[in-house]
Amino acid sequence: MIDHLPILPILIPMLGGLMMLLPPFIGVENYQYRRVASILLILLQVACSIWLILTIIQSGALVYAVGDWQPPFGIILYADQLSAMLIALTSVLGLGITLYSFAGTDREGKYFHPLVQFQLLGIYGAFLTNDLFNLFVFFEVLLIASYTLLIHGGGKQKTAANVHYVILNLIGSSLFLIALGTLYGTTGTLNITDMSLRITNLSESQAIVAQAGGSLLLVVFGLKAAMLPLHFWLPRTYAATSAPVAALFAIMTKVGVYCIFRVYTVIFGEQAGELANMVQPWVWPLAIASIVLGSIGALASPNLRTLAGNLVIISVGTLLISFALRTPEATAAGMLYLVHSTLITGALFLIADMIGQQRGKAFDRFVVARKIKQQSLLGILFFVAALTVAGLPPFSGFLGKLVILQAATDSLEKIWIWSIVLISSLITIIALSRAGTTLFWRNTPNRDTVDSLGFSKWQLCGAGLLLLASPTIVIFGASIIQYTNEAAAQLHNVQSVIEIMGLQEKTQ
Amino acid sequence: METLYVVCVGIMTFCGVFLCLRGRTFSVVVGLTMLSYAVNLFLFSSGRLNLNGAAILGMSDSYADPLPQALVLTAIVIGFAMIAFVVILSIRARADLGNDLVDGRDPPDTNKLIKPNRGKV
Repeated sequence: MIDHLPILPILIPMLGGLMMLLPPFIGVENYQYRRVASILLILLQVACSIWLILTIIQSGALVYAVGDWQPPFGIILYADQLSAMLIALTSVLGLGITLYSFAGTDREGKYFHPLVQFQLLGIYGAFLTNDLFNLFVFFEVLLIASYTLLIHGGGKQKTAANVHYVILNLIGSSLFLIALGTLYGTTGTLNITDMSLRITNLSESQAIVAQAGGSLLLVVFGLKAAMLPLHFWLPRTYAATSAPVAALFAIMTKVGVYCIFRVYTVIFGEQAGELANMVQPWVWPLAIASIVLGSIGALASPNLRTLAGNLVIISVGTLLISFALRTPEATAAGMLYLVHSTLITGALFLIADMIGQQRGKAFDRFVVARKIKQQSLLGILFFVAALTVAGLPPFSGFLGKLVILQAATDSLEKIWIWSIVLISSLITIIALSRAGTTLFWRNTPNRDTVDSLGFSKWQLCGAGLLLLASPTIVIFGASIIQYTNEAAAQLHNVQSVIEIMGLQEKTQ
Repeated sequence: METLYVVCVGIMTFCGVFLCLRGRTFSVVVGLTMLSYAVNLFLFSSGRLNLNGAAILGMSDSYADPLPQALVLTAIVIGFAMIAFVVILSIRARADLGNDLVDGRDPPDTNKLIKPNRGKV
């Protein structure tokens, strides 16, 4: 069993999702069965990811050869501290949104829970795989699940947003395949670790082709991550879809960021000779521009969900800055920020939905509307979420931003990063306080609030779980920072991965 | 052979990109299909083009790389499913939005933007 641990996060949602398509789980009236099954599955995944983390801390990174085809020829799953941490993060997010969806979102269509499982399967797979083509396959798995989840429940807005999202991602998939073909044509391998060995031995003409392929990969990952010129789809898509799905999508941009970290550290990292750090001069300005544009978007947002979407863009820009610094310390800081920002933007989407359903037709738009029924409780939730996102102490946003600020060493880097990150935090505070005052204090007078629905305990459970992550990160701050430091050191130590897979002697 | 192959892939990619940039879902879907065909051909050629090469060891003197063939097979299956999905989605969008435009609404009339009728006496 312990030998097969790395593939369990892929197998559990796959078999579980398929199981939920069979009797007794299928059928509109059997939703209770699906709920029980999905909560058990997601708890199993959480347990499995924690087991994975503990095993990796004890005995180092795990390599799993699927079908026992040895590297570099077979498909290899590679679980190091970084991927294990992200799997745990995804499963906790999945638990939160599953709980939240019990309030009624999951009954808008028959296949919500199976689709969530398939979505999780794709995300876990993308984090675990060490093979570029396999990465493409898992991207497609998570994309086709996200296409259908996005349109779940139906409606004009969702359809319109989904058309853009699907077409953009199909073009992205085509580009991914072109990039893969180019890299395979020049290096003759698809294994990420093997490619990092071979990239150093390329002739000059081949290196240029490999550079083109590598740069094309950045476009693909940038589209997934919503990096600057490729971010236009994000706010509209996230604002149109139902709340649990939007919260689940908070991890999707991070999949793109993770791939940028993995590919451009292992393949095109410092040891890559001529191609070393080839995308860094591109990512650096794009990251800063993403933050600037995200901040402008946050100020201009007409409703809370679009505001949260723009906050996702800001967080992606901040993560890319930590990538562009190219030191293990900066990577560690980025990973801490990634955990915090994923959970808290997820929570913000859920809170926006809870606020919206008590404001009648105005939903979460920033207009004068009826008074919110459960004002004090929702106010506290929103206040905590806003403080965390903006990065004010004592919550985790402060810690996340602090470590990124500390990671800048060069004085020029310091000037750029400190000013950009701090100004964007200020703008976030302004945007969120504007949102909060309108949503909670500007009410139409003498309007009855009796007919508006209160939120259910499931909704409070889901949003509360994601929100609780923030104080947890602060309380266990020291051990989490130590863990991310080790994870980043492991990611940057490419030589050790080559040794673990036993590739060195085969090529010589 | 290489030249012919390259020209074919290039023209197909060009047509695909051109059609993807159009405003109506039908041409975009056709464009996506062409783009995925071009990508499949490109991926196939990444193992180098050679004639009379066997993909199995011990069958002939010259060998073709078997991996791109496996990759193309996977890419074709995935591409096929995705195109099927986007066709259904386009039909759904036509029904939901009442038109077949990618944006779901008519583009703004530039004549009206330049010469607004408001304020005319």
